[in-house]
Formats: sequence, structure tokens, C-alpha cells
Amino acid sequence: MALQSLDIARRSATTTEAPKVRETTEVAKLIDVSACIGCKACQAACMEWNDIRPEVGNNVGIYDNPQDLDDKTWTLMRFTEVEENGRLEWLIRKDGCMHCADPGCLKACPSPGAIIQYSNGIVDFHQENCVGCGYCITGCPFNIPRLSKTDNKAYKCSLCSDRVAVGQAPACAKACPTGAIKFGAKEDMVHYAEARIDDLKDRGYQNAGLYDPQGVGGTHVMYVLHHADKPTLYADLPENPQISPTVALWKGVAKPLALLALGATAIGSLFHYVMKGPNEVSKELEAEMEKEDAK
Amino acid sequence: MTNHWVDIKNADLVLIMGGNAAEAHICGFKWVQEAKQGRKARLVVVDPRFTRSAAVSDYYAPIRAGSDIAFLSGVIHYLLENDKIQHEYVKTHTNAPFLINPDFGFEDGLFSGYNADKRNYDKSTWSYQMGEDGYARVDPTLQDPNCVFQLMKKHFARYDADTVSRITGTPKDAFLKVCEMIAECSAPNRTMTILYALGWTQHSVGSQNIRTMAMIQLLLGNMGMAGGGINALRGHANVQGITDQCLFGESLPGYLHEPTDAEPTLESFVTKRTPKMLRPGQMNYWSNYSKFFVSLLKAFYGPNATADNNFGYDWLPKQDTAYDVLAMFERMHQGRMNGFACQGFNPLASVANKGKVSAALSKLKYLVVIDPLATDTSEFWKNHGELNKVDPAQIQTEVFRLPAALFAEHEGSFTNSSRVIQWHWKAADGPGETREDTEILGQLFTRLRAMYTSEGGAFPEQLMKLHWPYRIPSHPSAEELAREISGYAVSDLADASGNVTVKAGEQVAGFAVLRNDGSTACGNWLYSGMWSQAGNLTARRDNSDPTGLGQSLNWGFAWPANRRILYNRASCDASGKPWDPSRNILHWNGKAWGGNDVPDMRPNAAPEEGVGAFIMTGEGVARLFAPGMVEGPFPEHYEPFETPLGKNPMHPDVPAVVSNPAARVYKGDMEVFGKADEFPYVATTYRLAEHFHFWTKTSKINAILQPEHFVEISEELAAEKGIRKGDVVTVRSNRGHIKAVAVVTRRIPVLTVEGRKVHTVGIPLHYGFKGETKPGYITNTLTPFVGDANSQTPEYKAFLVDIEKA
Amino acid sequence: MNVSRRGFFKVCAAGMTGSSLATMGFAPTAALAEVRQYKLAHATETRSICPYCSVSCGTLVYSMGDKSKNAKARIFHIEGDPDNPVNRGSLCPKGAGLLDMVHSPLRLTHPEVREPGSNEWKRISWDEAFDRIARHMKADRDANFIEKNDAGLTVNRWNTFGFLASSAASNEPGYLTHKVLRGLGAVAFDTQARI
Repeated sequence: MALQSLDIARRSATTTEAPKVRETTEVAKLIDVSACIGCKACQAACMEWNDIRPEVGNNVGIYDNPQDLDDKTWTLMRFTEVEENGRLEWLIRKDGCMHCADPGCLKACPSPGAIIQYSNGIVDFHQENCVGCGYCITGCPFNIPRLSKTDNKAYKCSLCSDRVAVGQAPACAKACPTGAIKFGAKEDMVHYAEARIDDLKDRGYQNAGLYDPQGVGGTHVMYVLHHADKPTLYADLPENPQISPTVALWKGVAKPLALLALGATAIGSLFHYVMKGPNEVSKELEAEMEKEDAK
Repeated sequence: MTNHWVDIKNADLVLIMGGNAAEAHICGFKWVQEAKQGRKARLVVVDPRFTRSAAVSDYYAPIRAGSDIAFLSGVIHYLLENDKIQHEYVKTHTNAPFLINPDFGFEDGLFSGYNADKRNYDKSTWSYQMGEDGYARVDPTLQDPNCVFQLMKKHFARYDADTVSRITGTPKDAFLKVCEMIAECSAPNRTMTILYALGWTQHSVGSQNIRTMAMIQLLLGNMGMAGGGINALRGHANVQGITDQCLFGESLPGYLHEPTDAEPTLESFVTKRTPKMLRPGQMNYWSNYSKFFVSLLKAFYGPNATADNNFGYDWLPKQDTAYDVLAMFERMHQGRMNGFACQGFNPLASVANKGKVSAALSKLKYLVVIDPLATDTSEFWKNHGELNKVDPAQIQTEVFRLPAALFAEHEGSFTNSSRVIQWHWKAADGPGETREDTEILGQLFTRLRAMYTSEGGAFPEQLMKLHWPYRIPSHPSAEELAREISGYAVSDLADASGNVTVKAGEQVAGFAVLRNDGSTACGNWLYSGMWSQAGNLTARRDNSDPTGLGQSLNWGFAWPANRRILYNRASCDASGKPWDPSRNILHWNGKAWGGNDVPDMRPNAAPEEGVGAFIMTGEGVARLFAPGMVEGPFPEHYEPFETPLGKNPMHPDVPAVVSNPAARVYKGDMEVFGKADEFPYVATTYRLAEHFHFWTKTSKINAILQPEHFVEISEELAAEKGIRKGDVVTVRSNRGHIKAVAVVTRRIPVLTVEGRKVHTVGIPLHYGFKGETKPGYITNTLTPFVGDANSQTPEYKAFLVDIEKA
Repeated sequence: MNVSRRGFFKVCAAGMTGSSLATMGFAPTAALAEVRQYKLAHATETRSICPYCSVSCGTLVYSMGDKSKNAKARIFHIEGDPDNPVNRGSLCPKGAGLLDMVHSPLRLTHPEVREPGSNEWKRISWDEAFDRIARHMKADRDANFIEKNDAGLTVNRWNTFGFLASSAASNEPGYLTHKVLRGLGAVAFDTQARI
């Protein structure tokens, strides 16, 4: 059984109420971008711990390697060279799942139990329940989950839920040599961030601040930014991320509608599902939708 | 490092120059972040590239590769000119007051005594004035025109900010800003730490780069202080340990000298190597030289070494000339070597001028490669297309490749850069038929010895007399060897009153009990005590840090004598009070030296005795004037052997001093130095955060993180040459070419030097034709075959290239 | 709220292929929403040191098996040792990737020889390797050993054989290398510390 700290708070496509009596500690990973040297120890530790190895790629004229997240790359350093206040700055942001308090992926997911939010804030994908529709990707305001070409399932950072469950920090946080990644109770991380922000202000970064976007209810991966007024400087970190309206709708209006529509269209979908598997269905549906949208 | 990794957190200012700790020593760099967060320390980075260290710095100043001495000499000038030195410290702990021979001089870039034919110096004028009492003369007022302090003032006066900026390309305001920040650390309670690495050593003036900084640290009063010191961030996990075991032809373990032809007897050797005391009452610790040396001979030759045979002195080979790595490849290239072994060493990739190295290896009769990994060197004979264009049929070298165990597949000790020796345990066997290094050596030696026993041959005695007490002769254990290194009593040791303090066969507690009468054996005096009667102290795992200064005295064992900060006596004033009471690592308590470290001082030497803090020198003080250096007792700016300027801006009209006038250059190598008209860009080679030398290219994870060879150029140079990011480019030096992907970046500054633009081409070194990374060229195809005049470390960090789209 | 037709349809379809199918029993086995099993629970932990740079970080090396006679230990995970005062559990990208060097396809597994002029490696036994190498060394030493220099002074050196010693080796093999080399009369050797 999952440990207490991993009580389930939400489960995708499930209407059963989650247990709410126990009060567990919310955790968070704090990424202090101002202390990050982009060494990629986090990437290495992530690959090593999670037994994933993407293909060896190429150098395309930048330091980012691999160039994007994929099913075997759950975290990635994104490098940006900017000039701020007449000074060259090499901004390096560790990209990966933000573990939103209000997770768009989970809301969009149609498969029961494929996406779980634990009461400690971790949003975890359970690939054995994943049908490969890719809606979590649509639902994610940070463009994080990736479908695997190997097994048609969606993958992303689990915040090392297996380590956190036994009281350890995620592999990336433990490895981080400069302490740019810290892990702990979210409350403690916010306090630590305040001290970091004070230090940055003392060093002349007047707009230093914490990135914990409220549009998604706050996140369990937060950033300390030297230029919190301009998050987009950091490889297009969204200024005000929101769950896409379509997904938001699902929670409100669409879910009952969909249930009503069950009789009408579910049989067709079911037929596809049985005959060709889930991904084929979504691809065909996607294609139809593309056509519709193009009109 | 004179200090240690964790101590970096005690600094007020961290200067990273001649290194890139955030990439090459990442987990050590953590303590820079701790200093910033815990003490509000500032981080300054001076580098030809805007590195990952620069990315998190408070201030970055660009510099032209190969011009560090000019920069640092400018800092010295600034400190002297603005009176930003720690006066009491300089008077107490340095040779600033010492009077120098009036015949000493400096003119046109040369110190007195230069011999142009031999490219070396007669150093007789680089000497102290000696008094009638037999000691060096001093002027405590620092006013005598021949005192070191006055000579320094004069020597460095030429390095004003404008001159520095003109030579280094560092904008004047940036240079002055760095000077100001450094100067603040002349306050007795403020310290700067300097973190450097191969960015300073890999120059033809490498040793002087470091020395110039050492002088700055002395002027600021930062040597011996917590948060101060001169901190060389070394290469491999045990490069410090192997340096200490002195795997150099010219040395013996513990920085003892290998005897030369000029020292035919033990007596002549000991007399020559034992330094004289230069000021009264000093410790002059090297006066114990014979104790360390005879104890080593006892470890080497055991009972065979007796007083009657001078402890086997004749069995030790005598050195006739240099055999450093460049010298060996030069000899090999001349066909003067038959056999060669590479143990965990990949010279084809890591030594300068791959073409020459490859040609040299092709002339060998036999090559033995002992390595856990398939190295490029082991396949130097194999055709790897354009990456290694050779014809195997033409190469008659017989090559053996022996699989060795990796770190986690055997036990033993590693010495980190902090000089802390730590034991590591075995987790699993290596794959297949892998064997440990100790067994490979044991097997080879015992087989050779058996052959000499049965067949005879050249001087078999040399092998026969070697002491080989190991329980499994073909496989000495790490434990046996560690005990031998640490040392033991051969016979009972008695104190002055005749009481036996150490019984025969017992491990000694430290080097203080070593003797020169054959009653002690010690494989490396510096490591003495690492395995005492108390057991293996390198395996200690108590990480407690009661004072919060990070000393952790019960973690592992630091040489010497478990001391964590060298020269810690200098953290106190003449009376024994700490310069900064808030970082008290040592003080005089009225009866003894004590505190949070092992005193670098005789424990009962009262301050009134005037025993100097630098116990290894005959003077008892640190040397601002250092006659031990090959090219001068003071540093001077010399250009790299491949200079973009074609002259030394300090001495524009003196062709003899363009580059280091005392550096050794072989015939044939001088001829292939490139000139700026054909190779206009300054190239510099370096490591990346994602890779370690040529090992991690065999690791998939690291191959994923940085998969392919690249070079870095500025946007301006890229535009000039029509190169876009991601293009494949050819980089050419006068020794060969490589191809790699272009990374076009604002992080490579374009500098103005002597009124013209100087572009830098940055070249990481990690790639080769064997690996999980994309097959690549070997960077050292490009580098020049010339070394630092003192250490012979090749000049990998500054040479000339041309670049074009491939 | 501006909901595109596509988006709306997608959400509807999603709801159906998900919840509806599950209720009909077509979902994969209803696995418990547990985390992945913690893989180190019963592994053997050995304290070691990262062999890369001179920070010499403490590492915890995890191997399969409990060191019982019939279990062949195999390293499957390496992470930082939190007790080590310097790295305090952290590792850089090199150290964090150590596992892939330990199990690199480029690891050597048996002695080999490349004969003069040959274009390939040939597998040989350790015995053959040691004997052939020792034979080479002896022939070389016997032919080129210098007992006395031109001035007639005893020098006892062998300088036609060179050795590059590894700065990655532990102190003990490092010391042994030095001792053996001097025991053969070698003067030509060096290590990475130089460069």
C-alpha cells in the first residue's frame, strides 16, 4: 500500500471521492535558477534513477541536450543568453513537470487512474492505465507530457514518487551539486525562497521573485527567478499559465454532457477501441477534428 | 589546495580564474554557493569565456587566454600603489624584508644571469645578502632599496591599469573593478579564496601564473586563513594522491628527489638535498630529509637495506635527464624507446600534438595498455577513417590491452584535492576477466623476478633486493600497501631516556618518529600516520564539525599529520592571536598552539621564539621573491609560444623575450609553431560539465547530455566567417585539423588587444574515435608540444588556429 | 469562454473512451494507484568514491544480491553519500552517470593482443599476456640497462622503457607502481598530474 504521505487526492476520470480526513504534508521542489549552472546533474540522475536512456543525439549548435523532453527525457536544462542591465546573463532553466495543484493533465485524462494526484501534491502518471490518447498533453499549460513511440503511453517526471514515498528527495534534488534544487515541505520551500530572493535583491536583482503560478493553483515545483517580472526570458516559461479552457470546461459543464452523450457516440468509440486500440481512435478523431476546425 | 573544499564557504570573496569550478569541480563549487548564501560572499570570474562559473557570478571580467600574469601583476601594482596590503602579515610572514644580492637585476624582460644558448639562467645573483652570522639579512622597515619589498614595487610598477588592459584585452574599468574587490580583502578579517585549475597550469608560464596569485594572497594576508589560501582544483579523484606518491621520473614518494648522476653516494645526496637554515630558530622542516629518505629506502629494500650498503642507495636508478611525458614522447619519436605502458592514461587523446604522439607510438616495439576502458590510445594503430588516418600494416608495434578494475571494483584510498585521504570499499567484481591494478603489477613483477632468478640478465640484484613481503606475492593487498606507505618500526624505538615508545613491527603514529638509522620504514613520509596502531584512519567516517568551520578533523585523514589548512600558524599575528577571531582555527593559549586544526608549527613554540609560520622553508617565511623558479624570482608577462601579437607588449623590441625565455622547446616543435598571419585566432581547450576527460564518452548518460564535439565562437566571428550555429567547421592549427559543430554564442567575448580585435575559439576536449558519443576528432591534434618551464605541463590553453566552414 | 468545436468534442470523446469504457470492464486491470516500488529496498550498499575529479565525492554503490555466495553482485545504481562532508549526497552529471561507465560497452573484459602490422585484436589468456609482456620487458632491459655512466659512476638505470601511471589509481597501486618501476631501474615515467 501507498504510504500515508501518498494518500490519493485525485484520480483521473474517476468520480469516487478521494479520502480527505488525514492531513498530510504538501511537498515541493524549489529550483533556484539563480544558483543553477546548468550542469545537467539533474538530467543524469533522473535518467539513472528512472532507468530511462533516450537516444544519443547531435549537437545542433546549442548546449540543450536532448533538445526537447520526450518519453525518456523527463527533465531538461534550457539555456538562454540574454542581456539584462547591460550585462550578459546565461539563464538556465530546468524544465519538467510542475506538479500543479490544479493539474490540467489529470483533468483532461479520460482513463481512470492513469493520472493520480497524491495528497502531498505529486502528480504521477500510471502508465499501465494510460490509453495513449495524449489529452494530458493538451491539458498541460507547460507542455510537459510526451507520448512514447515505444508503447503509446504518456510519460513525465514523477517527482520520484517512489523515493518520496520512502522519505527521500527526488533523484535530481539529491544530486544537484550547487543546491539549486531543494526539496521539502512546500511551506519550508517558500521560506527558503524568501531568503534567496532577499539575497538576490541584495545583489542587485530588484525583480527577483518566486514563481508559483496561481493560475494552476500553485505548483509543487517552483522557481526562484532573478527576473520574476519576466518569466518568459527563461526559455518561454509562461507568464500566467492556465488550464486550457476546454479542459476547465470538462470539470464544469462537459462532464455531465459527455455522460449524457454516452448512448449516442460511445458505441462507435468502443468499436474502434476494441478493433484498433485506443490510440488509433484518438488519431482518427483528431483528424476529424482537425478538418472540422479548419472549416 | 592549501585549504579544503568545505573551507571555501568561509571566504568573503571567491575568485575563479584559471579554472572553471562550476564545470570541472561541480560538487566542490557547492561551497562557493554556500559562501555566497552564508557569508554574503561575492564571486568574481575572470576567464576568456563566459563560463558556467561566470553564469552565477557577481562579476565577470573577460581576459585574453595566456595573459594572466599581466592581469595579476596589475593587481599587485594596484595593491602596492593604493596601499591595500596587510602590512603586519607581510612583515611577519613573508620575505618582504629580506635583502637581495645587489647584483640581481632585470632588464629588457630578462633577469640577471641569462644564457641565451642554453635558454636558462645562472641564478647566483638571485640570492639573499648573507650576514656575518651566516643568516640572511633583513630590513624590517622595508626601506632598503634591495629589500624584496622595494624590488617588488619597482618590478610591478610597469603594470598599470592601461598597460594591463592593452595586453589582456580586459576593459580597464572591469580590471579596476576586480582590483577593488580583491583589495577589500587586505583587511585582516576579510579573506579571498582563489580557485584555479588547468587554466593556469597549462601554459608555458603556468607555474608563474600561480606564483603571481600566491604573491597576491600573501600581500593580502590570506595564506593560512580559513576562507583563504591558494586552491588548486586538481584533476582526477586521486591525482593528488598519485602526485604525492610522485609517479614522476624525477621524484620519489613524498616529494623526495630521485637521485641524479650528480649524487653518486647517499652522503652527497643527503647533503645536497637538505636545506640550510636561513634565519635563526626556524623549524626548517626539510632538515629531516635524511629520515624520510632512509625510511623510504627501508620500505623499498627491507632488511636488504643496511647502514653498510647505504640502505641500498646504489639500487635506486639515477636520473640523467628529464623524462616527463613530453620528454618521453620526444625520445620515443626519436626512436630511443622500445617499450611503453599506459595505465589508465590515454596519451593519444590527452598529450599535445596527436600527430607526433601517434608517430612516436608507431616506433615502439611493444605497448601495454592497462585500462578498464577501450581507449583511443589502445587503437592508435587502427584506421578510423578521417578521425585516425593510419595504415595498420605500416605499424609494427605489438600492443597488449589488459582489462583493469574500476573504482568500485577494488578497495583502497583516494586523496582528494583537499589532501584528505579517504578509503573506498569494493562493491562488485569487474566484468569478465578484469583484474585489479595491484595484481597486474604484482604478476608482472613476480614473473620478471622469476625469469631473472632462473636466467640471470642485466643487474638482477636490483629486482632481487626489492622488499616483497606480500602474503600473495602476485597480488599485494591494498591493506598491506597502505600500512607500508604509512610506515612501521623495523626495530624497537626508544625515546631520549631509553624507554621503548614503538615496538618493532608496530605502525608508526606519524613522520615525527621516523629515523635515518634504518630503524623505521615508511613508503611515503607525508602519508605517515594514515594507518597507525589505531588502524586505518583513512576509513574514519565521523563528519562532525563542532565549530561550524567545516574542518571535520575525524573524517578520513589529511596529510600532513591530519592538518586541514596548511600554514595555519599564519592565521595569527606575531603574538599568536588570530587575525580574525570569528574564524579561529589556531591560536597560542599561553602554553601551546591549539584550536580547530592540527597546528602547522611545533606545538610548544612560544610566539616569542619567533618561529616562522612557513616551516618548510629555511627562512621560516613565505617567499615573495622565489629563486626556485626557472624563469625568474618575480613573474613577468611572456606571450604564449603561439601569440596573436608576434611580440611581447612589455618588451616590444626584444625578440628573445616574446615567450618564456627559459622554456624547453625541442627541435622540430619550434618550427611548427603557427604565426598569426596564417592562424589569426586564439584557441583554448577545456572541459565541459557533462564530461570527464576521455572516460565519460564511454558512458551513455553522458553521451546523451553532450553528444558531439563542438567548438565555440562569438557571433561576430561567426558572421565574419559565414558560420551559423550547427554548421560543421574545420579548425586548423599548424599541426593538424579537426572538424566539429559550431556553437555560436555571446559567451565568447571579442577583445581589443594592442588596439586590434582578438577572437577566441573555444574547443572542448572530450571527444575521440572510441565512445558512446558521436565519433569525433581528437582536440589535441591541434595543441603545441611545449610545456611550462618549471613543470613541463603542455600549453593546451593558448595557441593559434584558423577556422572555416567545412 | 471560447471553446473551439474541436476542443469540446475532444473533451466529450475523452470522457467517453475513458470513464465509459472503464465501467464496461475494458480498462486494463485496475491496478492500485501505488508508486513504483523503491528499488533499493534490499540492495547491498557499499561506500565508495567517485573516480572522476578531485572533489572525490562520496558515493553509495548499490548492487544486487546480499553478498551470499551464490548471488553474483552487480552494481545497478550509484548515488551520492550524504555523510561525506564535501559532496553531502550530491553528485555532478559525471558522477550521477557513473553507472553507465561501470557497464559501458567499452569496458575491456579480457586480455588482447594486436600483433605487429595486424588490423585486429586477438583474445589471449592472462598467462600469455603476462609472459609475453614480461619477456619483452626483460629483453629490453637486458639489452639497454646502464650500470655505469660515461664517468664510471653507478647509475643502474633502464631508460628505453616508459610508463604513464594513472592518477585514477588508488594510492596503494600508485605506490606499488613506483616501487616496481624503481625495482626495475626505470627512470622514464610520469602521470596525469603533470598535464
